[in-house]
Amino acid sequence: MKKMETYYNPEDLPKFEEIGKQVPELAKKFFEYYGAVFAQGELTEREKALIALAVAHAVQCPYCIDAYTQACLEKGSNLAEMTEAIHVVTAIRGGPSLVHGIQMRNIAEKLSM
Amino acid sequence: MLTEQTLHEKVTISSEDTVGVPRFSLTLSGHGLKLNRARTHTLQVNVGFLCNQTCRHCHLNAGPARKENMESGIVDQVVSYARRSRFETIDITGGAPELNPNIGRLIQEMSPLASRLMLRSNLSALNDGNRDHLFDLLKYYRVIIVASFPSLNEFQTDSQRGDGIFKISIHALKKLNAMGYGHQGSGLELNLVSNPTGAFLPPEQVEAEKRFRQVLKDKWGIVFNQLFNFANVPLGRYRRWLIKSGNLEKYMKKLSSGFNPCSVQGVMCRTMVSVSWDGFLYDCDFNLAKGLFMGGRKIHVSEMSGPPEPDSHIATADHCYTCTAGTWFT
Repeated sequence: MKKMETYYNPEDLPKFEEIGKQVPELAKKFFEYYGAVFAQGELTEREKALIALAVAHAVQCPYCIDAYTQACLEKGSNLAEMTEAIHVVTAIRGGPSLVHGIQMRNIAEKLSM
Repeated sequence: MLTEQTLHEKVTISSEDTVGVPRFSLTLSGHGLKLNRARTHTLQVNVGFLCNQTCRHCHLNAGPARKENMESGIVDQVVSYARRSRFETIDITGGAPELNPNIGRLIQEMSPLASRLMLRSNLSALNDGNRDHLFDLLKYYRVIIVASFPSLNEFQTDSQRGDGIFKISIHALKKLNAMGYGHQGSGLELNLVSNPTGAFLPPEQVEAEKRFRQVLKDKWGIVFNQLFNFANVPLGRYRRWLIKSGNLEKYMKKLSSGFNPCSVQGVMCRTMVSVSWDGFLYDCDFNLAKGLFMGGRKIHVSEMSGPPEPDSHIATADHCYTCTAGTWFT
């Protein structure tokens, strides 16, 4: 059976650095910054990986979800913690919709008898 | 449908494959390295494959149905070998060594022969309600307990080691703490071993230990001396799980791509010798699982006049990538 074509291919993730082929200076700056961001600082590498996993779901990036699921496990997080992190991002994504309901209510109240 | 037997046969065949990674021996020679012995200061005694658990990461396929268990005569030969070799550390493992009927005698007779005597425990066999005498013996001889405790999470632990094992382990650790084990200055050392609960590598040790210490203390009031994070070795039941779950190739590539030439000098097989339940010698417990005899030669403990000679050859295979990936080794 012919392999189904998709826009997303797991084999593309290890090729990420190829993005620097035409514009190496900017890629170099980005990857240096990226590496520094995820190094141990005031936050542990484990905590940073959990944040990255949550954001990966917010931006719905399958590459990031793949990479940071593995990173979270390898930094010592468990599935319950990772699931809670996704609930946090879900709450923050849902909250802005709901809080704009106040704007809706304000307008509706002004227009209504 | 695959039966246990046919699955085992398939895996046995697959275990000879290099699954897309360079042979370990070629990787060593490619870096201009040889794996030879330094001074051997540790004797590891594997008393058998009998175990009350069937952990999914076990490299030995240990379990309740296994019959291999060190008999009294072999215990005598191993003790005699330890006496004429003067090891600094003796490390008793299994299976579940608590289930060997000779374990008490082995501890008593080995204790004066080395400054450090260790017992690897899965905690559930030790605390099965029938071993008060063994608890007393361990304390009396100040045996270092190295306990399996893979995760702070109940689901992860039970998925690796069996239903209910997390709660049993917590109960056993509390009992050991109550005896004095794990408390600074007590002289009773309690170390924990954490293996990843899947096809991924372990976390960095210092941070993981800090977290284990904090969570175990806060949630259950448990203290311990040290945590060791070990990567799982792709042999036995763990290898079968890797194949069945479609993770073997990726895991092997992860291990081989993490090859750290600097780690070769510090791998445990350079300084230890492992004796199996039937008295034959291996360079490590993983080679024992694979059936690779010490230095590639089948030698019985009764034939040895002392520790293996420095600079002697160490047998290797592709599972050796586990101990050279990053800084993990067991």
